[in-house]
Amino acid sequence: MSIRVGESAQAATFPKAAKKLLQNTQLRRNVRRATDTIRGKRAKVVDEMPDWQALRTAAQQIKKRTLRNLDSYLVQFEKACAEAGGKVHWARDADEANAIVVGIIQSHNQKEVIKVKTMTSDETRLNHALEAAGISPYETDLADLIIQLGNDKPSHIVVPALHKNKSEIRQIFMEQMGLKELGHAPEDLAGAARNFLRERFLRVKVGFSGANFAVAETGSVCVVESEGNGRMCVTLPDVLITMFGVEKIVPTFDDLEVFLQLLPRSATGERMNPYNSIWTGVTPGDGPKEFHVILLDNGRTKVLADEESRETLHCIRCAACLNACPVYRQTGGHAYGSIYSGPIGAILTPQLQGMQHSTTLPYASSLCGACYEVCPVKINIPEILIHLRRKIVESGGAALTERMGMAVAGYTLADSGRLGTAQKLVQLGRQPLDAIGLPGWSAARDLPEIPKQTFREWWKSSRGGK
Amino acid sequence: MSTAREEILQRVRTAIGTQAPEEPVQREYRQAGTLSEEAKIDLFIDRLHDYNAEVYRCAAGEEAVTIAEALTARGKKRILIPPGFPAALLPTGPDFVRDTALDYRDIDATEGALTCATAAIAMTGSLILTHSATEGRRALTLIPDYHLCVVYTNQLFETVPEGLRALGGRRTSPVTTIAGPSATADIEMTRVKGVHGPRVLDVIVVAAG
Repeated sequence: MSIRVGESAQAATFPKAAKKLLQNTQLRRNVRRATDTIRGKRAKVVDEMPDWQALRTAAQQIKKRTLRNLDSYLVQFEKACAEAGGKVHWARDADEANAIVVGIIQSHNQKEVIKVKTMTSDETRLNHALEAAGISPYETDLADLIIQLGNDKPSHIVVPALHKNKSEIRQIFMEQMGLKELGHAPEDLAGAARNFLRERFLRVKVGFSGANFAVAETGSVCVVESEGNGRMCVTLPDVLITMFGVEKIVPTFDDLEVFLQLLPRSATGERMNPYNSIWTGVTPGDGPKEFHVILLDNGRTKVLADEESRETLHCIRCAACLNACPVYRQTGGHAYGSIYSGPIGAILTPQLQGMQHSTTLPYASSLCGACYEVCPVKINIPEILIHLRRKIVESGGAALTERMGMAVAGYTLADSGRLGTAQKLVQLGRQPLDAIGLPGWSAARDLPEIPKQTFREWWKSSRGGK
Repeated sequence: MSTAREEILQRVRTAIGTQAPEEPVQREYRQAGTLSEEAKIDLFIDRLHDYNAEVYRCAAGEEAVTIAEALTARGKKRILIPPGFPAALLPTGPDFVRDTALDYRDIDATEGALTCATAAIAMTGSLILTHSATEGRRALTLIPDYHLCVVYTNQLFETVPEGLRALGGRRTSPVTTIAGPSATADIEMTRVKGVHGPRVLDVIVVAAG
């Protein structure tokens, strides 16, 4: 089994990576500015929806329904898609998925593929596998293009290059596109991407996409986007390959009316994103002649098996939780060591990848609950974080000092006499504690001030004690 | 050795246990619109203006004149039309090229496309195309840099649920919803209008007779 979430298994731990990134003031400024902007736009367009909470509830219930009967819906989707002329493949893990994609492209003797932003392909490291097979993958989403040309890593689920400002982007484009001149305005940079990619859109015979939603009832697939690169990739090539996680299914076509309202407002603060493409199999005379779907597991059925954290799979990748998170807003996405960053990344990466690889991620949160409040499908992220922390502690993954500390705390708090003695000891012990710190705990936290008087002492000496 | 399909389905079944009765879904969100006909049209036009679309209004029978006006304003002389676009709506003057099986590079060389739509949504300023004979295949309204769309007021719905449900049997045709010209906010969250799809979108709203 090769379950993989990008390169997260090799990534530095969150505290280590975060400490380093916090020194980068330019990055922090870029992240702060971008997340402030999206938050403001989101709040405005969510506030104008009197039925926002009803939409969230419906979305949560639709996702619950889907997961509770996922096997039936997958089979239903497969049948409907095949009847419409699509070919459905199943992939247990990253390697199996990549091999299917490479196989399809090679069977057509093609050496190039145009791609629209797909988190699952970042998960499986598809580009790496394609290049190893001598196939050139071309990212076409503007931010993904910036990342690919700059040999960088995505730092946000919706706006992967949000850590770069426009002068940094201009520099990358001039170098990598071989441009002698390029204006400084965002319009100039977008224009450069248009020219750079147009020839590829018209030339390349294979397209690759993810899916935001797949409808079991009709076998339809839906891609939500803004730039038109998605439409290009799913329309112009002769062969189209679409890969998505098994949890992306929705039962009925009408369910789209819920998600197509929640997603754009949550993700980019738009009432509607410029383009949605919905297609069903193959349509003679319009678009690709051959259509493949890859249904990807890659750890998702493991998440499904844990009832307490199953709703992690409700996620529609809007990234509202990243923008709202006080931790993400300080560190940016790279600290999470995964293509899935922020609060959702902190619960998704460890569950997909295996807890042993990312034991620090569920602690990358103050549990303030801002993520839960903005989540359009009502994933209770704070509760799942606590659930995962418990699993880490139970499996012996927490630091020895923390486990010992908790054991001592349990013993002390169980008896009022012991607690009183302990409080006196703490007052005496503060000085030496300041000097040595608590390994693994005080590295990222200040020790609280110890009051001169315990509550019990105050109680005795005041009116409470008479 | 079991196939990937069998194994994944088995994992799912093991994970969820016995099949449960369908979880209930409460659809208490707004489905039907409440605005008057005129308010709905005003809202639609307001949303289109948000996207910098130029909006024309005309009565049934005045389509040709209005199409001529819109194309003149943009300086367009050679325009693609879908195979089934009604000849009666075409003005004299501009050169209209009917899309039979044009090569994508030929489409790329044209100045724009003129099409009808299947439905429209006022709340979000969306046009919905199901790529019928009057709307053309998807490439037609994607590759050119300009799209002029004719939509009738009886195709206009207030809410997203109403608009999507109006597709009926057409929902399994290719569906494209368009809310303004292509755009990106990938560079410092500054909205740039026009990336890969048509950079300019104009709409003619025709009062249904």
